[in-house]
Parts: sequence; C-alpha cells; structure tokens
Amino acid sequence: MGTNNRDNYIKLEFSSLPENVALARVLIASLVVQVDTTINDLEEVKVAVSEAVSNAIIHGYQNEPSGMVNIKAKIIAGQLEIVIEDSGIGIEDIEKAMTPTFSTHPDRMGLGFVFMKSFMDNVEVLSEIGKGTKVILQKKLINDGSCARVAT
Amino acid sequence: MVIVKIKNESLIVKLSGDLDLVLAKDFRDTVDKILLDRPLKNLILDVSEVNFIDSSGLGAILGRYKLIQQQGGKMSIWGAKPSVHRILDLSGILKIIPVFNTEKIIIEKREAL
Repeated sequence: MGTNNRDNYIKLEFSSLPENVALARVLIASLVVQVDTTINDLEEVKVAVSEAVSNAIIHGYQNEPSGMVNIKAKIIAGQLEIVIEDSGIGIEDIEKAMTPTFSTHPDRMGLGFVFMKSFMDNVEVLSEIGKGTKVILQKKLINDGSCARVAT
Repeated sequence: MVIVKIKNESLIVKLSGDLDLVLAKDFRDTVDKILLDRPLKNLILDVSEVNFIDSSGLGAILGRYKLIQQQGGKMSIWGAKPSVHRILDLSGILKIIPVFNTEKIIIEKREAL
C-alpha cells in the first residue's frame, strides 16, 4: 500500500475468451485501488472495462476465441487512462455504435458505450474495418481519502 | 453459478458471482431450456449474491423478461445489492421489472409461493 503518489503503468495481452472479461476487470480494479479513490469510482471503472473488453470479444472477434485483446493502463497523478485494443473486424459506424439501444445482436441492450461514456470522463474510439478497434477510457480518480481500501 | 428451483408454477433462479458475459450465457441457456420446454407463470431472479453486473448481464435479464412475457408470465428481481441496483436503475430495467430489495418483502413473497 501507499503507492498513491507514484505513477504506475501496466500492460496485458489475453485470448478473446469470455472468461477473460473478469480477468481484465480484476486487473484494472487492482490497479485502481492503489489510489485512494471512492468505491463508486472503482465500480464505474470496472463496468467500463467490462464493456470495452466484452465488445472486443463479441463484436471485434465475433466470439472467435483465437483473437488477442490488448489492455494497457496507466495512472499518472491520479489520472487513469485505459486502452483496450483488438485486431478484429472493426466498427463500421462508430457514431451509430455509440447510440443507446443500438445493438447488432439480439438480447443485448446496446448499453456498452452508454455505460463507458457515463462512467468515464472521456471515451475515445478509433476503429478501422478489418484492422481492429482501440478504445481509450480516461477518468480522474477522486483522491479524497474516503475510500476504504477494497481487497479484490 | 446458476441454481434453479421450480415451485408452484414459479421458476426461481439464483445467480451468484459476477453477472458478465460468462454468467449471462449460463443464465440464458439454463432458463431458456426450462421455459421453452415448460412455460411457467413466474420467473423470480434472485441476485442477492451477485456482486457485479454489466450490459451483458442486463441483456440476459431483458431477454428472459421478454421470453416469460411472451409466455404470459411475470418476472421479478430479488435482493439486488446497491451497486447492482444502481446499474439496473440506469439501464431502465427497473421501470419494467419490479425489484424487491427488503428482506421482509422477499420473505413474504417466498412464503406466498
């Protein structure tokens, strides 16, 4: 504990398996709890990461488990940045994909990007058809000391 | 983990863990297999041991709601923790599916089955 003032950087690459959504979530949560942030912020970051990684698996790789998902995260002076990247099919119309209730799959609510946008300060999506998608999530972590350190 | 019980025309589904892509699939497959074979009047989703939910979980809940509704049945959600409740609220699911969170109401409902 006590790494509050130190900058931190992590990088991980994993197969596009549904089980790895939890892995990415736990990884990022473990990074975030190193900063004295709120439980609310932690929960919000977990949802945003879950959405981005799920999108890479379901949409980017169309549930094909042989793909690789790359996740990078850094905290610099309390500013969190997470980059989730896949080499999947890409998004044809990013604006449309980010619209609430738009989903190319039945049984999905099209809320992925809505949650990312409402839970992070900034969301950037770069995508190229046939090349892949890169999602950049940014959030200033509140450092008010009110957060109990949560074991993950 | 998905645990199911059928009692008096009610299908009670208890989920535990994180309701993401993985558990959403188990939940969907388990419920659909039962309901498509035997339509029931009531689907009760016990989420008291769910610690996390994302849009994959919400999609699975909405899909089961649509299915039981098509079959003329009803659905309710029991025991959502605050963090889960917040996501259910933000998604708009609370407007269409009743959520019972207090122990007292849940016990009353359980006994009424």
